[in-house]
Amino acid sequence: MAATTPAADTAQKQAITLKVNRKTYKLDVEPRETLLDVLRERLDLTGSKKGCDHGQCGACTVHVDGRTANACLLLAVMQQGREITTIEGIAPGGKTNGQERLHPLQAAFIKHDGLQCGYCTPGQIMSGVAVLRDGHADSPAEIREWMSGNICRCGAYAGIVAAIESVKKGDTIG
Amino acid sequence: MTQVCKTSKAIGGMGHSMKRKEDGRFLQGKGNYVDDIKLDGMLYMDIVRSPYAYAKIKKIDSEAALKVPGVLAVITGRDLEQYNLHWMPTLMSDTQMVLPTDTVMYQAQEVAAIIATSRYAARDGREAVRVEYEVMKPVIDPFKALDPSAPVLRTDKPGKTDNHIWHWEVGDKARTEAVFASADVVVKEQMHIPRIHVASIETCGCVADYSKVNNHLTMYMTTQAPHAIRTVIALVAGHVGLTEEKVRVISPDIGGGFGGKVPVYPGYVIAIAASFLIGKPVKWIEDRSENLQADSFARDYHITAEMAGTKDGKILATRFKVLADHGYTDASANPSKFPTGMFSIATGSYDYGTTFMEADAIYTNKPPGGVAYRCSFRVTEAVHAIERMTDRYALEIGKDPAQLRFDNFIPKEAFPWHSPTGWIYDSGDYEAGLRKAMDAIDYEGLRKEQTEKRAKGELMGIGISTFTEVVGAGPSKDFDILGIKMFDSAEIRVHPTGKAIARFGTKSQGQGHETTYAQIIAEELGIPAENIQIEEGDTDTAPYGLGTYASRSTPTAGAAAAVAARKLRDKARKIAAYLLEVSEDDLEWEPGKFFVKGAPEKSKTIQELVFAAYTNHPQGMEAGFEATHYYDPPNLTFPSGAYICVVDIDKETGEIKVRRFVAIDDCGNIINPMIVQGQVHGGLTQGIAPAMYESLIYDDDGNILNGTLMDYLVPTAVESPNWETGHTITPSPHHPIGAKGVGESPTVGAPPAIANAIVDALSPYGITHLDIPITPFKVWKALKEKGAI
Repeated sequence: MAATTPAADTAQKQAITLKVNRKTYKLDVEPRETLLDVLRERLDLTGSKKGCDHGQCGACTVHVDGRTANACLLLAVMQQGREITTIEGIAPGGKTNGQERLHPLQAAFIKHDGLQCGYCTPGQIMSGVAVLRDGHADSPAEIREWMSGNICRCGAYAGIVAAIESVKKGDTIG
Repeated sequence: MTQVCKTSKAIGGMGHSMKRKEDGRFLQGKGNYVDDIKLDGMLYMDIVRSPYAYAKIKKIDSEAALKVPGVLAVITGRDLEQYNLHWMPTLMSDTQMVLPTDTVMYQAQEVAAIIATSRYAARDGREAVRVEYEVMKPVIDPFKALDPSAPVLRTDKPGKTDNHIWHWEVGDKARTEAVFASADVVVKEQMHIPRIHVASIETCGCVADYSKVNNHLTMYMTTQAPHAIRTVIALVAGHVGLTEEKVRVISPDIGGGFGGKVPVYPGYVIAIAASFLIGKPVKWIEDRSENLQADSFARDYHITAEMAGTKDGKILATRFKVLADHGYTDASANPSKFPTGMFSIATGSYDYGTTFMEADAIYTNKPPGGVAYRCSFRVTEAVHAIERMTDRYALEIGKDPAQLRFDNFIPKEAFPWHSPTGWIYDSGDYEAGLRKAMDAIDYEGLRKEQTEKRAKGELMGIGISTFTEVVGAGPSKDFDILGIKMFDSAEIRVHPTGKAIARFGTKSQGQGHETTYAQIIAEELGIPAENIQIEEGDTDTAPYGLGTYASRSTPTAGAAAAVAARKLRDKARKIAAYLLEVSEDDLEWEPGKFFVKGAPEKSKTIQELVFAAYTNHPQGMEAGFEATHYYDPPNLTFPSGAYICVVDIDKETGEIKVRRFVAIDDCGNIINPMIVQGQVHGGLTQGIAPAMYESLIYDDDGNILNGTLMDYLVPTAVESPNWETGHTITPSPHHPIGAKGVGESPTVGAPPAIANAIVDALSPYGITHLDIPITPFKVWKALKEKGAI
């Protein structure tokens, strides 16, 4: 094994301020670090998942200033001054009967069996919330089209679509 | 037959659509997958991979890489060779390089590993490693691999003179040939079941944590079979001190497995070696392209399929000849005695006299694999062959393919049925399934509509698949992997207050075991399922088992749970007799309590009896309330299904639209209808995938042409049709709860239903077969060649 004492980490770092889930974080990052890696590795917000790192699977979907984005395709240094919401920040907070209160779409995913292995689920929820909020849930076909950036390899699409539809009909989305 | 719930909703035993216990954490982003694990001092590993399919390594220059900030080490095959860790066994007792010392055998093969203080530094290091190759002409086309002019690839094997791995055959060759020679009708097609990939959204990875202080390895890894992996690690690395008691494998939440997380990949071994040498935890998480390009593929069977029959539609014989492209090594995940897995189920759901099947496996310069992708060891290939040929035969003699199936089904009174290849089908009612599917979809109406559309030149197709699976491996007399018998296990501990924890040798990857196993125990003991915690995946705590794949969890570990729970119920009966001062024979059970026959007011609940086991147990009886069972199934289980697909095809563009898809499954008794439906939806989605979209494509030089999710077409919500599902219930007669397993049936049954529908639509133009994936271009080209457009 060719080994060495690692050279000092001389990478240029930049001090930035990120607003994530209504909290403010100050940290030093390399300009090349993606938002996804910073969320997961620096802020311990591991709910956003890495499925492809190329914007092709949707598992890392977050909201940036209210718009959905693949966190793996964003550089953290460019997100200053923006409101970032991850799966950890989507629920209203607080507890009911000892259970953490869920966002209506999270509850609908349980009811309609919209998940299996759970890996793509945070991204599905983030996209689903946006689809509902932005008015793209008027029919199953429209939901399928607008959710097509999120792959569920377990194939729980029927449950995902039903969950979004049910929240749309119940009109309980915030 | 319908299923009745024997327990109340509060108990939540079998048949209740209990909401999944695992959902809460997944929905909140609180699942704990391998890449979410962070240990103090953890290092990161990245891997240099070969750009060539076949090349000699002339030099690996690590100098520049070692100067990259954060890089600690570069590991090559020569380094591992010093510890005799540069080779490892495959699950099929072949051998595979961990890291090469002189030759690379497929594109994306591991060449060297970088260990660094961060993920980014490791990737920088990877880019800085310089490797000089001498490129050689690879063997890519499997049909040319056995040419005398083809280079012999496995020169590491002394005396190897060709690229042949093994020959396998089953059936009665002479009798089959005689039937074929005299049959009125013989149909034949050459078909390819394409090389595909599981493409779980979580890639593979691990954190290898070796402690120099106590010479102990904790291996967090994405594995469907943690116990078997611990044994494999001990077999591979025992000679350097990692004997089995010093190894703990923890399989945390898994983001989809589908068979791709059964094998041991070189990255795992290198991470262990790195942690062992450096003494710090090493994390390795492959990226998406590495996953698609280097991890085990599935399928890739070239099948010459033939069926012989009478003019009026009685099947007489089948013959299947397979060329299996295994890539660089035989890294399939089959039981040892079954090099083609359960391919010999290819006689299907039909009652006829004779068959002959043979297969030859060969080496090529492609990644190794042959895993059972959501399929019980090559059942998918078998079912595609028989179901395609059944339709092909119907087309040849001009008979309705549904009627032809009715005329050939194994009758329900013939079970247990002995197949010509040696299986004993435990149970089935194929006619009921197909009738139900035809009624659900209005088969007669569709055929009428099709006739009208054909008159107008429009393309509409109806495809049927009536398949039989063989799952639940398996009985120890026949089934082992690397010598370890394929039983599975359950251990139930009920605490004094009547709440329980149960541990299993399997490992859920989305199947919902935390819920369904709890329901099985609730069914047997009457303890509410919500009070039963299920754990899997930690080899230090769970009983030994062979893991979750091939639809084996319910048939094996699910059975173990029922048997272990029944042992506890027997103990509860003894305690009840003691407390109620009656004979055991005077007691009756209803879910949740024992009561005295004829005096139901005299009763003890299961919670009271459990409490007594710790506080007031009869003298001479062992205290406590725990049971373990290792379940060795007496036979496999044989789920079946009847699927009907309707497609409309645009003649000008070849675009295929799946209009309807009805799936009637028979998986025996159902534990949780909601979870079964989810499994069926998922399986169907992974069935339409190879039927219409997915295949790994290589050029003549062995370059993969679709190694990212941008061009490897995994179905999204848009491509997935509206699945219409239903059931017939024929309980397994030998399984303790009459269940059969369901997760894979739809992946197995859907592709031929879709292919049959498409070919049915195109058959007026003389098209008799198209290989999957059937793309619009393939359809358009076939129509063009036949002069239809």
